[in-house]
Amino acid sequence: MAEDSLITDRLKELIGVPSEPIVFKVEEGAIQRYAQAIGDDNPVYNDPDVANDRTSGRLLAPPGFTGWPVKADRPTEQLFESLVKAGAPPRVLDGGVEFEFFGSIGAGDVLTATPRISSITERDTRLGKTMFTTAEISYVNQNGDLVLVSRATLIQF
Amino acid sequence: MPEQIYHEDVEVGTEITPLAKIATTRMLVQWAGATGDFNPLHYEDDFARAMGVGSPIVHGALKRAWLGQLITNWIGEDGRLKKLSCQYRGMDYPRNMKTLDLPHDGETWWCRGRVTKKYADGGEHLVECEIWVENGKGEITTPGSAVVALPTKRDG
Repeated sequence: MAEDSLITDRLKELIGVPSEPIVFKVEEGAIQRYAQAIGDDNPVYNDPDVANDRTSGRLLAPPGFTGWPVKADRPTEQLFESLVKAGAPPRVLDGGVEFEFFGSIGAGDVLTATPRISSITERDTRLGKTMFTTAEISYVNQNGDLVLVSRATLIQF
Repeated sequence: MPEQIYHEDVEVGTEITPLAKIATTRMLVQWAGATGDFNPLHYEDDFARAMGVGSPIVHGALKRAWLGQLITNWIGEDGRLKKLSCQYRGMDYPRNMKTLDLPHDGETWWCRGRVTKKYADGGEHLVECEIWVENGKGEITTPGSAVVALPTKRDG
């Protein structure tokens, strides 16, 4: 690694270490408001009377919804603060996100989200020396089942 | 709801039924409330200008949610979304409101996609797709991809 690398030893120490878990409650009204904000009128997100095998008799959450306030970004903000404290560049862009779905999320679920930094890379871009961090969050429901893993890309420069 | 699509119905190159969206300032306010993302970048002119984007921009996560709707509409009740990803590459600017409910004239966004791979794995009948949001000029601001499991006619 070059001497002027952005990825300091203190940053390397953060990779793979789980942060404090955050608990999300998935509420029926919050699911409906989220679906309405997308403009998605799928009854499985909107109509509590749609009870079938697919929904187990409850409203399902649209992909990526994990309870209000949504975020993905809330635990990610926590990780971002720890990155900056460890010397990462303070300016950040949201590069994108990947969701991997393992089970359904629906009204009444209580999700425990555990954030961790899964990788840090760097390269020169038009922003200058730029760091790409993957912030991974795993969501486990009240039954102990892993239902979702999200991987957000933070672009720091 | 549209008719259920089956694994047999798709081939590499099959187009996903497109979804039209019109981003409005009102929609961004609604999205902020529904998600708890109160970043002024999405509703305050001066702040957006100071941040170098000119004027308030559409939330990346809203465009990602549109792509989620594109896919879940397409795969129907018996399809299962396994992976969804997208990258926030370009800014999009909402239409202002003309009346309480109606936006001014302006651009319409299209969520689109097509099948890039069709295969079976671990007993599942899978399809990979490239998906994207394009603006009124046809520029792709939010490219992404998805992996879905579709039912087969034999299952039925």
